[in-house]
Amino acid sequence: MNTSSQAIGNEQLDLAIQTGKLNLWYGTFQALFDVDLDIKQGIITSLIGPSGCGKSTFLRSINRINERLGYVRIDGSINVFGNNIYAPGVELVQVRKQIGMVFQRPNPLPISIRDNVLFGYNLHSEGKRAERSEQDDIAEDALRQVLLWDKVKDRLNSKATELSLEEQQKLCIARLLPVKPGLLLMDEPCSALDPKGTEAVEELIWELRGKYTILIVTHNMAQARRASEECIFMLMGKVVEHTATEDMFVTPGKQETADYIEGRYG
Amino acid sequence: MFETSELNIKNQRVQRLFKILFLLMTMLLIAPVLLILGTLIVKGGSVISIDFLFTSPTDGMTAGGIFPALLGTVWLVAVALLISVPLGIAAAIYLSEYAGENWFTRIINLAIINLAGVPSIVHALFGVGAFVLFFKFGTSILAASLTLAIMTLPVVIVATRESLQAVPFAFREACWNMGATRWQTIRRVVLPNAVSGILTGVILEVSRTAGETAPIMFTGAVFFTPFLPQGIFDQTMAMSLHLFVVSTQVPGVPENLPYGVALVLIAMVLIMNSLSIAFRIYLRGKKKW
Ligand SMILES: Nc1ncnc2c1ncn2[C@@H]1O[C@H](COP(=O)(O)OP(=O)(O)OP(=O)(O)O)[C@@H](O)[C@H]1O
Ligand SMILES: [Mg+2]
Repeated sequence: MNTSSQAIGNEQLDLAIQTGKLNLWYGTFQALFDVDLDIKQGIITSLIGPSGCGKSTFLRSINRINERLGYVRIDGSINVFGNNIYAPGVELVQVRKQIGMVFQRPNPLPISIRDNVLFGYNLHSEGKRAERSEQDDIAEDALRQVLLWDKVKDRLNSKATELSLEEQQKLCIARLLPVKPGLLLMDEPCSALDPKGTEAVEELIWELRGKYTILIVTHNMAQARRASEECIFMLMGKVVEHTATEDMFVTPGKQETADYIEGRYG
Repeated sequence: MFETSELNIKNQRVQRLFKILFLLMTMLLIAPVLLILGTLIVKGGSVISIDFLFTSPTDGMTAGGIFPALLGTVWLVAVALLISVPLGIAAAIYLSEYAGENWFTRIINLAIINLAGVPSIVHALFGVGAFVLFFKFGTSILAASLTLAIMTLPVVIVATRESLQAVPFAFREACWNMGATRWQTIRRVVLPNAVSGILTGVILEVSRTAGETAPIMFTGAVFFTPFLPQGIFDQTMAMSLHLFVVSTQVPGVPENLPYGVALVLIAMVLIMNSLSIAFRIYLRGKKKW
């Protein structure tokens, strides 16, 4: 497999993420082993596996937030939309702009709903800040995309931290959208929510399908099955299987996969 | 089945005993504060008047007011703050938001702890050597304020660092993942949420600075000067030193005068402290996460 950024064949252009022999160490502890993945553009891919198998680690190496920890070492390649994000000269700010991250616990900033939605946007357009009416349009568009507009349109200036968890999580997705990211990474975005909230956020994620490439980590088998088109199963830092979601749940290719989706790993 | 036993009763009695004991200890703690304030008000209250606050001492400091000392203390505190607050906040931001855990930061932390433990008279001698003599500022407000600033720097650094660290990590994570630089994160999210704690630290520093005597008595404050300070290279009178002087150094001072001076000094400190508390309550009411 070709893993360098220069040689991008046409058939690879519709890949959102392509990793080649990705290994990652936290100090001396190896968390990822030879991860080779081709994740398609425009669809929802779910990432499943038992606790501690490296799902979050993988996500965090795609937007390069892992590097913040001084003791992380990476080997291998990660191409996002055909560009090697570990190439010299890559600007981290641009990487993070292009790749949005959603966390397990909703983490809106302690400012107004409107300011939350526009936070990233203003961050990336500092100096030439948009007109107020234009900002209003941008905020409205983002909030509509996450199905939150009707609920919050009358209280855009109240604190985001006063919203329910479900609404906070939607807001955390909304604030990524104004900078037009291509890829959304979601690390168990529903696991802090109640069943109703989970359903609502799942519905939203499904709604965003096609507009954005989405990679979602989940512990919830039903959710992976319902809400994703392809599915990756990881075990102890290695990719065991990557297929269409239907196939994985109906006819898993490996014994480990079958064991896991039937709940035999706990 | 659910009746009280002998043992229950005994345990209850012991527990009540301890509660009363702790309450007494607490009362004991407030007693000195009340006593001090009470004595000062009773003995010094009669001296206080607008004239007392806004005129100069007369008759070899046995009569008249305290205005030069009052103004001098304001100068000293203000200049000390202008130096230590930016310095302290910058250092705290570096330590909390930029520096990792390594030998360098460990040494700095050690230095801060030790700086906080240095007796004020040692600061005074350092101030004389460094600012009065070496930098040739002479005995001046600048030299005295620099000495005060260095002495109170640990307070500012520790208070600032603690309030920065009280801002939830998730906010920083959210910002970084959106592509914010460290500085953008600090300026837009961390600092606005830490400001109440930082201010508390600063105001605490004010009260400490206003009351110190040793660090200023060799570096910039004088027993008596008929002139009001005009700039940072002037000498000045100061409340704390003036209190020391009228209580011990000048014969023939009426008994209630030193109490009056002390009362004004304490009032200044208490007013600053209440301001800080009120402000903190106000800011806390505004933030929510
Ligand atoms: N910051 C870190 N420093 C050291 N080791 C870490 C760090 N983060 C994760 N690890 C280790 O790396 C391995 C993978 O962790 P990771 O968080 O990626 O797992 P995960 O699949 O997301 O698990 P979970 O389902 O519990 O979220 C674990 O063994 C974990 O202990
Ligand atoms: Mg995880």
